[in-house]
Amino acid sequence: GENGTLSREDFQRIPELAINPLGDRIINAFFPEGEDQVNFRGFMRTLAHFRPIEDNEKNKDPTASEPLNSRSNKLLFAFKLYDLDRDNKISRDELLQVLRMMVGVNISDEQLGSIADRTIQEADQNGDNSISFNEFIKVGNLYFVYLET
Amino acid sequence: MAALWHSTFFLVMVLLAISRPSLASQAGNDDLQMGTEHRTNKGTVNGTENLITTLPIVTWNWQEIKFPYLVALWILVSWLCKLVFQLNPSLTSVIPESGLLICIGWVLGGIIYWADKVQTFKLQPFIFFFYLLPQIVLDAGYSMPNKLFFSNFGSILVYAVIGTCWNAATLGLALWGCCLGGAIGDIDIGLLQLLLFGSLIAAVDPVAVIAVFEEVHVNEVLYILVFGESLLNDGVTVVLFNVFNAFVSLGGAQINAVEIIKGIISFFVVALGGSLVGVIFALLISLLTRCTKNIQIIEPGFIFILGYLSYLTAEMLSLSAILSCTFCGVCCQKYINANMDKRSVSTLRYVMKVFANGSETIIFVFLGITAIDPSIWVWNTAFILLTLLFIFVFRFIGVFFLTWILNQYRLVPLEFIDQLMMGYGGLRGAVAYGLVVLLDENKYKEKNLMISTTLLVVYFTVMLQGITMKPLVTWLKVKRAAVTERTLAEIIQNRTFDHILVAIEDISGQIGHNYMRDKWNNFEERWLYWLLMTPSARKSCDHIFNIFHKLNLKDAMSYVKEGERRGSLAFVRNETKADVDFNKKFSGNFSAMMPYIMAENMGSDHVPVSSILWDSVHSVCLDMHEKDLKMRESEDFNAHHLLEQHLYRGKKQHRHRYSREYLEVNKDKNEVQEIFQRTMRSRLESFKSAKMGVNPPKKISYHLKKDQPQKMPNGKSTDNRKSHAYGKEDLEFSEGDSASGCEAAGGSFPMRAHRGAGIVNPAFNAEMDPMPAMQQILPWLAEAEVDSSAVVPSQRAQLTLPCTPSNLHRLAPLHLTTHSFLLADSPATQDTSEPPPPPVV
Repeated sequence: GENGTLSREDFQRIPELAINPLGDRIINAFFPEGEDQVNFRGFMRTLAHFRPIEDNEKNKDPTASEPLNSRSNKLLFAFKLYDLDRDNKISRDELLQVLRMMVGVNISDEQLGSIADRTIQEADQNGDNSISFNEFIKVGNLYFVYLET
Repeated sequence: MAALWHSTFFLVMVLLAISRPSLASQAGNDDLQMGTEHRTNKGTVNGTENLITTLPIVTWNWQEIKFPYLVALWILVSWLCKLVFQLNPSLTSVIPESGLLICIGWVLGGIIYWADKVQTFKLQPFIFFFYLLPQIVLDAGYSMPNKLFFSNFGSILVYAVIGTCWNAATLGLALWGCCLGGAIGDIDIGLLQLLLFGSLIAAVDPVAVIAVFEEVHVNEVLYILVFGESLLNDGVTVVLFNVFNAFVSLGGAQINAVEIIKGIISFFVVALGGSLVGVIFALLISLLTRCTKNIQIIEPGFIFILGYLSYLTAEMLSLSAILSCTFCGVCCQKYINANMDKRSVSTLRYVMKVFANGSETIIFVFLGITAIDPSIWVWNTAFILLTLLFIFVFRFIGVFFLTWILNQYRLVPLEFIDQLMMGYGGLRGAVAYGLVVLLDENKYKEKNLMISTTLLVVYFTVMLQGITMKPLVTWLKVKRAAVTERTLAEIIQNRTFDHILVAIEDISGQIGHNYMRDKWNNFEERWLYWLLMTPSARKSCDHIFNIFHKLNLKDAMSYVKEGERRGSLAFVRNETKADVDFNKKFSGNFSAMMPYIMAENMGSDHVPVSSILWDSVHSVCLDMHEKDLKMRESEDFNAHHLLEQHLYRGKKQHRHRYSREYLEVNKDKNEVQEIFQRTMRSRLESFKSAKMGVNPPKKISYHLKKDQPQKMPNGKSTDNRKSHAYGKEDLEFSEGDSASGCEAAGGSFPMRAHRGAGIVNPAFNAEMDPMPAMQQILPWLAEAEVDSSAVVPSQRAQLTLPCTPSNLHRLAPLHLTTHSFLLADSPATQDTSEPPPPPVV
């Protein structure tokens, strides 16, 4: 782009993102709140979430360097994709939106709604009918079991 | 218990019967072993036969059939042992089966020894390595969970290679140090021999690991690490054994750098060569199963023979036979499972399990029997105790150290508890014994000492560690294997992560794990599927279809079962009125709920009844609140299946689902289309909402939802209905409909968005600003198979419209693409003036 920054349409130029169900949200994740430009530093910070975990690297959050730190930052990234209004909770509507994005048009809204309800029920532990980050972590961790990089 | 005693008594009798005739033939035979065949007595028998004076009605033909008879009898006896202690289930829950088999082996060995005064039956290395071990390894390879195996492959290799070398070296050196220090006493053993001993004791044994871990059910990662290590370390063990054996023959003086370098090279050759042989045989098997459509009866036989041949071929070339057999099984399983008939696959699986289990049983029984032989026992307390101690200590040190290194690179670090279990799970077994018996007595003066120590180590690890493994697992709260189906949240999560990872990889252009997997999948589906799988198998590779098919089958079976239970299948005709109670345990409580569940599920979405059937195998609790749980579970499973069918695959899965069937190609394209449409739609939405700043997004989505059932072609008519001030937009939409390159998808989005958004005229002017951005988009569009007419408008627009960066910034960016895309779709006939004419269909 111009003057060393990227704007959204630069990202949209990547064809694969258009056919990625979460493409737009991921693009949005690169841009800090309310801005339309991201400079290289911000770009790298977002990408840095996806690096393998190294113990002596403070990935983004300069808290105590527990080995879990970077992993939770990755999960935080995913969490933020769901949580649009940044209230640190995934409400049923937000989940519904993401589900709708990831699922074909053959599922009706009622079915999708019941799936979302079921998901929240499974993950929700404090009974507030939404998924907080801690609950999200518990679910997300299982995925990593099958990966190794 | 009475049955237990009866069967034991029977066994004893059988054994005495065996040993009696064997005693009789002692004179002619040095050692009556299963692998040897002696016909020296036959001559004398024949000689005596010539002296018969009358026709014998029945003759005693022991000599002719002795060998096969003994073989068969021993197999029978070993397998009967399994039966013996199954009669007492409490015993098996404490002591692992392998331990019990060894104990029975002791008993049997004792009986034989008492009868013969010499141990006539031993575990011969030749028999062990060529007749008993291959099927176990082949079964291990064939039933290996490939995905788990290969995703942890790096860790497994590290443990297998580096860990085994570490164990061998430290054990040998430590023993040598103790020997020098005089702790062991006066034995004629040198450093090289101790290193050899270390190398054969160090290897974790696959047979023992299978036997013990299978009963404990630890979590999959832990299991695959230990099990994979036990299989792959054979490469190292063979090399070390041969190298040190050769060094001992050469003598210590001859060892220089050249020899050591040759040793290192031989490791690579042996390990990689063995794996290569396995892979080649896997290819052969897959190709063969591709052609055996008409001889399905004998299809499974080919697998066994070729698997066995892979083992023998590697052995012949002095490569690692276990590695060869393992990789043969691992690589061919996918293709032969797809190619062969279902019945052949079942046959293959079951027969392999029979052979593997049977061999394992025989091995352990004989391990017990061979111990009862005083001629091999050399009791050196210090040596034995030191060996045991060092094995433990060095294993734990090795595991912790390697895990610490690996945790820097793993995505999911191994916890301390898991590491502890890994260290503790390093069981030694029959392979070590087989190797030690192969040693040459002349070169190894202390062979008997080594044999005894090996046997003791094996007994110790199998019995003691086997017994304490289960309590330790529960006490340490090791994570057990997940028996529950993955929750909905996890499924969604997995998909989300997949999408995210793929997107990030695209953005950063980086080659990551997923990229590699993607590349392999592409290669596989492009070349390997074509080469190795029958055409029909290729078609049925689709995941969704398979699940659908399985669910339908389950439905059908549950229907029939239920129908039989009620006497007839009449109820099937009234689907909605389903008063069917699939849950036999809850007949009263559930019959009320069932119709509700059934009716809900019998909708148009093929959600199977099987999910409810699943419930009936769960707990037996009769509490009322359980009802809700059950219902929730059933809905849960419905939702699962729904999701399975409808969740978008990630891009990488798109590609490897390609097949030549039109159906599948279209399906993929549909998915891509849908996602694409939706993306464009949402981009335009936000464009609109950003422009007005008034319209809440919710309104748009609501309208969107309403409109969703209608597909693109309907756009035109509804468009006109609602158009009042939409002006240029409508024109574009209708023309977009007709000219869209991407399957008319483009035209419909903005239309729908607009309808909801209630755009007013002034907004239109601002809309012209984004047009210049279109020219950037077009190359991309061209890739997306838009027809060439798309290119033309861009230049037109370029000429006409002012381009100010500030305008671009002001707008919410997403819609720019949509808009330009739309314009791209409009035919060239549209005039170039700024405010387009009022809507025209």
